Amino acid sequence: MITKKIYLYFPKSETEKPIVYHLVKDFDLIVNIFRAKVTSEEEGYLSLEVTGTQENIDRAFIFLGGFDVVIHAGNKGVHWDEGRCAQCGACVVHCPTGALSIVDRATRTIAFNEESCVECLACIAACPFGACSSAF
Amino acid sequence: MTKTYAEINQKIASGKAVVLTAEEVIDYVDKRGLEAAAKEVDVVTTATFGPMCSSGCFLNFGHSTPKMRISEAWINDVMAYCGVAAVDVYLGATQLRHNDPANMYHPGEFRYGGGHVIEDLVAGKKLQLFGLSYGTDDYPRREIRTLFDINDLNQAIMVNPRNCYQNYNVAVNVSDKRIYTYLGILRAKMRNMTYCSAGQLAPLLNDPLYETIGVGTSIWLAGARGIVYAQGTQHCSLVERGDNGVPVEGAGTLALSANMKEMLPEFVRGTSFKGYGVSLALGVGIPIPILNPEILRRTTVRDRDITACVIDYSEDYPQKTGKVLARFNYEELRSGEVELLGKKVPVTSLSSYNKALKICNLLKAEIEDGRFLLSEPSQRLPLGQGMQSLNITGPAR
Repeated sequence: MITKKIYLYFPKSETEKPIVYHLVKDFDLIVNIFRAKVTSEEEGYLSLEVTGTQENIDRAFIFLGGFDVVIHAGNKGVHWDEGRCAQCGACVVHCPTGALSIVDRATRTIAFNEESCVECLACIAACPFGACSSAF
Repeated sequence: MTKTYAEINQKIASGKAVVLTAEEVIDYVDKRGLEAAAKEVDVVTTATFGPMCSSGCFLNFGHSTPKMRISEAWINDVMAYCGVAAVDVYLGATQLRHNDPANMYHPGEFRYGGGHVIEDLVAGKKLQLFGLSYGTDDYPRREIRTLFDINDLNQAIMVNPRNCYQNYNVAVNVSDKRIYTYLGILRAKMRNMTYCSAGQLAPLLNDPLYETIGVGTSIWLAGARGIVYAQGTQHCSLVERGDNGVPVEGAGTLALSANMKEMLPEFVRGTSFKGYGVSLALGVGIPIPILNPEILRRTTVRDRDITACVIDYSEDYPQKTGKVLARFNYEELRSGEVELLGKKVPVTSLSSYNKALKICNLLKAEIEDGRFLLSEPSQRLPLGQGMQSLNITGPAR
């Protein structure tokens, strides 16, 4: 079993299709949705984590390729720009999962652990330096 | 044992100066003893990197053909003050972009403003100047729109009326509603606390009585050679101090200036405070000459020797009640959690200790290489100065 992070961009034409249902039902994937906004007649996005066998995940990706959705595999919807981060640590208290944390107390160095991020977006509001951003 | 500026500069010029950062000097003096260390150490480097309003810059654009006496100007849609001269403007760090909805939809995002324009200038980006004029006989042009970058300007001089706050408030929110401040987002019911100081690295905490830092002191401003040109605005030295002379609140400030063309983009950063506005974070490094053992002793100040006051930003700060909820030292604050009124409160900083430490080391390297000489201040900063309030007078309406 492996886990992959993906986010999907839905153009207007695909927002009424029950894609997640098929991921679960047809490919036996465990789906963990971080963020979603898919309303009919609008663009939408879906940021999720899928867990399953390599084979099923590969098949699911082929299935997704049949729709007019843009697949960003391996990407999270939240990006931390190390160069823009000023290492102040203002974000740390606002991050509920500890994805943003002080990893070296002596030099007060901040790091972002993408694996722990649940895309709550609290860091984006909290960071004065604009180091955190959302893909959508 | 005393040294003079000239003696220290001689050692720097010959590449023999002993330079320590404000962090290194603590253990060094512990090991060597004050007297011995005072003989050996020539300079201690201090620094700070944090958001600080009261920053801005003078820009001179040079003259177009035909000439123009610019009376209103916007750089990347951020308004600059033109009441200076024909093609001189002052751009303030907290100026919002034209049409920014500010807090009309609270809390506003304030994604771009004066601080970001200053960042983009230093980063060498192309910016847009839009200017208007009423036109005169000698300056007939009425409108201008052009792209430029910092190299096209004759001068780009950063002039910051207030920087390097000696110490600062620690902010908390006791109300039951989240608030948005220049000290960050403060969650309701004291669910977080923020501070903004480099603590044991901060310039004026290492020279609490302004014995070496004064008007005329050479400084490192975002990598450029700068100067302390005056006491900072709101310089208020007449405050409560600990036994070590270190103030427990804001106290002293410095007015700084330097050439933006020599600055490093890493240390000039526009900031956006949700619900509050825009500002500028700036890296400042200041060398302290070890003229005598007493000056050295003051540079050994540790986070645990520096106390700051916790203020409620939901009521006591805006209403100026003067109430202090508690006091903590920076070692406690930096631990990430303190106990306030019986409740454990997580604490974070807006000032970057990491960047300040980096600046201490960059300045140290410049001095060791003989590239940065110290200058003796021509005036000391006032020690017994208070701060006025603005009393509202005149006919009541």
